Amino acid sequence: MSSVLPLGITLSPLARLDPRSRVLAAFAFAVGVVWCQSVAALTFACALAAGLAVLARLPPLSTLRRVLAVEGFMLLTLASLPFTMGGEPVFTLLGFAAGGDGLHRAGILLLKSSAVLLATLALLGTLDMPALGHALARLGLPVRFVALFLFTVRYIDVLHREYARLRLAMRARGFRPRASLHCWRSLGHLFGMLLVGSLERSERIDAAMRCRGFDGRFHLLDEHRPGRLDWGFGAVQTASLLLLAVLDVW
Amino acid sequence: MSAHLFQLRDIRFGYDPDHPVLDGVDFALTTGERVALCGANGSGKTTLLHVMVGLLTPSSGSVVAFGRERRCEGDFHEVRAQAGLLFQDSDDQLFCPTVAEDVAFGPLNLGQSRAEARRAADDALAQVGLDGFGHRVTHKLSGGQKRLVALASVLAMRPQVLLLDEPTNGLDRDARARLLGVLASLPQAMVVIAHDDDALAALTRRRVILEAGRLLG
Ligand SMILES: Nc1ncnc2c1ncn2[C@@H]1O[C@H](COP(=O)(O)OP(=O)(O)OP(=O)(O)O)[C@@H](O)[C@H]1O
Ligand SMILES: [Mg+2]
Repeated sequence: MSSVLPLGITLSPLARLDPRSRVLAAFAFAVGVVWCQSVAALTFACALAAGLAVLARLPPLSTLRRVLAVEGFMLLTLASLPFTMGGEPVFTLLGFAAGGDGLHRAGILLLKSSAVLLATLALLGTLDMPALGHALARLGLPVRFVALFLFTVRYIDVLHREYARLRLAMRARGFRPRASLHCWRSLGHLFGMLLVGSLERSERIDAAMRCRGFDGRFHLLDEHRPGRLDWGFGAVQTASLLLLAVLDVW
Repeated sequence: MSAHLFQLRDIRFGYDPDHPVLDGVDFALTTGERVALCGANGSGKTTLLHVMVGLLTPSSGSVVAFGRERRCEGDFHEVRAQAGLLFQDSDDQLFCPTVAEDVAFGPLNLGQSRAEARRAADDALAQVGLDGFGHRVTHKLSGGQKRLVALASVLAMRPQVLLLDEPTNGLDRDARARLLGVLASLPQAMVVIAHDDDALAALTRRRVILEAGRLLG
């Protein structure tokens, strides 16, 4: 599946891979990293993920922001671990002793989540949704599931635009969100319309599909074959994961 | 009767029983014929096309299509492959992520191989003047482009009859002229729902008007 690119932008090395390779790689990487327990192996995994991010040409700033957002989400858990896990006290804060075990565990969690997140962003975040759906189908996921996924992608946009249109229509007639009964009632109408609208639309889509001979089976058009790049990437990936395992055991 | 692609007799239909939308409609379409279907908003034009391909079932009357009377859902599978319906709103019709997949959806359902379907899709896109649009993402197209892609998706099934629900709806003057040109060049029989009379008058030879649930020739 090719996507439209403005002139003058070349594809990143990762983007030239078969989407299937990328899904498989992301999955294998995540499983491998979750398995690892040693700081050395996980540091290596982080380095690998960073390498993937560079290969995918992820924009550094916004990527960092995303990773930090997720880490921030986990901060509370991470911060409480040293104080709850026990182990030899390393330092004390406000009279609570921070145990070595907990500190170690928190560090490992942090490394794991960063590595998986970064690798997933690099491998899958740059894939457009249709390509991801097709890769999943080609990997043997039930076609119905994939179709559902693709429908969702396609019609979330339609729904969103319907919502935007209705909101615009309301604003054009002087609607401003306020904490008033009128406001809540209008918003209720808006969401009601959205629901009824989507239900009716789904019926019309079903009709349109039947008009084109749809009988419950989905056929996919594209045929990708993994190329030399994919096999090479797979080999490097396997070697890296083996190295990760060796590091972890050692 | 065999010259008739469609023959509708005394069709009655209403979304709710108290308010019939179609109240005894008779209609016939012969091979190669182009008919304009006119009528006020809400007079039931879209409803009539949907009855013709079995998306709506009339409460009484008979639909004879391609030489056989069609009653149940199963009867209409063949009809829908032969009579391509262009929906009033293209967003209802285009649901695949990319244009090529959408246009190939029908041919694949008809049992064509991927290569054949791809070729049918390419041909159909070329026919509406959208060569090379195959890889575009459907929901990022403009309204007019969606209209043309929807038409291509109908043409890709190589139907004998085209049922077009306001085909020039939402197109600018150029796109409209191009679409009318495309339609004029097609050999198929057509029923075209039209509000803009003069443009479509050139295309069609017969004109029927839906009024108060009946069809006036
Ligand atoms: N899904 C529906 N449920 C209930 N009533 C409907 C539905 N669709 C249409 N109607 C009603 O049936 C009548 C005919 O509708 P139809 O869409 O066939 O009109 P139309 O001639 O195509 O109008 P337009 O020119 O606006 O497209 C209208 O009065 C409409 O309110
Ligand atoms: Mg209509």
